[in-house]
Amino acid sequence: MTLRLRRPSVRQVVTVVLLLVLGGLWVYPFVWLVSASLKTSSEIFGSGLGLLPEEPVWENYARAWSEVGFATYFVNTLVITVGTVLLVVVRSALAGYVLGRYDFIGKKFLIGLFLVTFFLPEGYTIIPITQLTDQLRLLNTHTGVILGLGAGGQIASTLLYAGYFRRLPKELEETARLDGAGPLTVFFRVMLPLAWPITATVVILTYLFAWNVYLLPLVFTLSEPDLRTLAVGMTVFVGERGTDWSGMAAAAVISLIPVIAVFVALQRKFVDSIAGAVKQ
Amino acid sequence: MTTTTSRRESVAAPAAPPKGRARRLRQDWWIYLFLLPTVLGYGAYTVYPLLASWWYAFLDWPGFAGAGTFIGLENFERLIGDDLFWNAFWNSLVFLVIAVPLRVGLALALALVLNARKTPFKGFFRTLFFLPVVTTGAIVGVVFTLLLDASGPVSLSLVWSGLIDSPENFAANAGTSLYAGIAVWVWKWLGITLIYWLAALQTIPQGVHEAAMIDGAGAWAEFRHVTMPLLVPFLVIITLIDTVAAFNVFDLMQTLTGGGPSFSSEVIEIFIFRTAFQANVPQLGYASAAAVLFGLLTMVLAVAQALGMRWARGRRGES
Repeated sequence: MTLRLRRPSVRQVVTVVLLLVLGGLWVYPFVWLVSASLKTSSEIFGSGLGLLPEEPVWENYARAWSEVGFATYFVNTLVITVGTVLLVVVRSALAGYVLGRYDFIGKKFLIGLFLVTFFLPEGYTIIPITQLTDQLRLLNTHTGVILGLGAGGQIASTLLYAGYFRRLPKELEETARLDGAGPLTVFFRVMLPLAWPITATVVILTYLFAWNVYLLPLVFTLSEPDLRTLAVGMTVFVGERGTDWSGMAAAAVISLIPVIAVFVALQRKFVDSIAGAVKQ
Repeated sequence: MTTTTSRRESVAAPAAPPKGRARRLRQDWWIYLFLLPTVLGYGAYTVYPLLASWWYAFLDWPGFAGAGTFIGLENFERLIGDDLFWNAFWNSLVFLVIAVPLRVGLALALALVLNARKTPFKGFFRTLFFLPVVTTGAIVGVVFTLLLDASGPVSLSLVWSGLIDSPENFAANAGTSLYAGIAVWVWKWLGITLIYWLAALQTIPQGVHEAAMIDGAGAWAEFRHVTMPLLVPFLVIITLIDTVAAFNVFDLMQTLTGGGPSFSSEVIEIFIFRTAFQANVPQLGYASAAAVLFGLLTMVLAVAQALGMRWARGRRGES
C-alpha cells in the first residue's frame, strides 16, 4: 500500500486541524457531562475549566438511579419505546404494502391527506390528542402514550415501505398465492421478511424518536410521576432538587447510554437509514 | 399476469377490467383490512386533532373535565391583543429565520469538506457531529443550562480569551436567551442535516467533477458553477425539512430556558403548553386558538413545500 507512505499535504493537515477544533465543540459537552457526573455539586461550579474530578464521586450514580426513581423511568421508557416501534412497524408495513402495490378506491385521497399533514407540528395537535386520550380513559397509562406516539403521524415510515414494496417483482407473491395463501399469509410470510432493510430503517428512526420524545409524555404524565420517561424525569429531577447538579449529570449519563450505545453499534445503519430516507 | 385461478380473485385486481365501484370495493376488502390500523390511528390522532383544534378555538374551556362553552371569535380577539402571543409568535419566527439558514449552511460547508476525496478520517468526524442527534433534546437542554451558566465553561472560556469582560449566563439573560437556544439547537441537529447533504452530494456523478477539473476550474468555481446548481433541488427539500423541525423546539427550549427570562425566549409551542397545561386554570380554548393561528403559518409553509418539492422533482428529472 503506497497510501500509508504518502505524506499528507499541507491542505490535509489544515483541514484535519480545523475539523478537530470544530469537532471538539461537538464532543466537549459530553466529556463535560461525564466529568460533572463524577464531581460534587460544589466542584462542578468551583473548578473552572478543569475536567478531571479531584476524586470521582461514584455515589452520584447510585443516588440518581435509586432515589429519584430512575429505574422506574428507565422501564417506562423501554416499554413505551418498544410498544411504539412495534405499532409503527406493523401498521406502516401493512399500509405501505397496499399503497405501494395496489390500486384501490380512495388511494389518491389517502396519499393527499398524508402529504397535507406531513409537517404538522407537535404543538398543534397536543390538546386534542390529550383530550381524546382522556376520553378513552388512557391518560396516565403506557398504552395511552404508545398510541399517542405511534398511531398518528409516522407518514415517512409508511411512504418508505410503499416505495420499497413498489419495486419488488410481482412474481413473488403470485407464486405464494398459487399455493393457496391468503393476503395476510403472503404479507407476513413473504413480503414483510423481504422488506427487512426498510424495517430496520423504520425501527431505527422510530426508536430514536420514541426514546427522546418529550412533550407528549410530559403532558400525559403530569399527574402520575410513576409513569414518567427518562426525558421527562430528567427535567423534574432538576426542578425538585434544585441544587443536586451532580446527581442530575449522573442521571443524564445513565439515560444517554442506551441511545449512544445502540448508535455506536449500528452506526453505519443509522447513517444509511437517514441518508436513504432523504434520497427518497 | 393471467393467473386468476387462485382462491381470491383480487390477486389479479390490477389486471382485471374495473367493473363498477361496488364490485371493486367487495373484491378489495382485504386491502382495506390492511389499511385499517393506519386509517383508524391516523384518523384519531392526526385528522381529528387537526379539525378539533378549530372547534376548540371557539370555546371557553377551562379543563378536560368540563365541556367548554361556545364564545365565537372571542379567543381570537383576545389573542390579537395579547402581547405575549405576538412575542411568542415573533420569537418562533426569529428562531426560524436565524437557526434554519445557519443549520443548513453550516452543514453544507461541513458536508463539502467531508465529501472531498482527500479529507482523512471522514467516518470519524461524521460520527462525531452526529452524536448530539441521537441524544435526548430535553437532556441537551438541561446540560446546556449548566454549560452556559455564568460559572460554566462557555462563559469562563470567553472571559479567558478576552471576548467578554465579565462572566455571563447566556441562557438566563433576556438579551441572549433566544440566541443561546438557537446555538444549542444548531449544535444538536447539525449532524442530521450533514447526513442529508452528504446523501445529496453522492447523487452528483464523479464524471461531473472530472470534467470540471479538465476544464481547469478551481475548487470555488467548480462549486459555484457545477456543484451548487445540482444541489439546488436538495437545498429546497432540506430547508423545508429543517424549517418544520424548527417548529418542534419545545423540548430544548423548555428545558434550557423555560421560555424565560421574562418570556424572552418563549416560542409558540411553549406558549401553547403554558396556557393549556401549566396555568392554574387551563385555557384550552385559548391555547387552541393560538395553535390554529400558528397552524395557518405552517400551512403557508406546507403549500410552499408542495410547490418546492414539485419544482425540485422537475429539476431533478430533467438533469
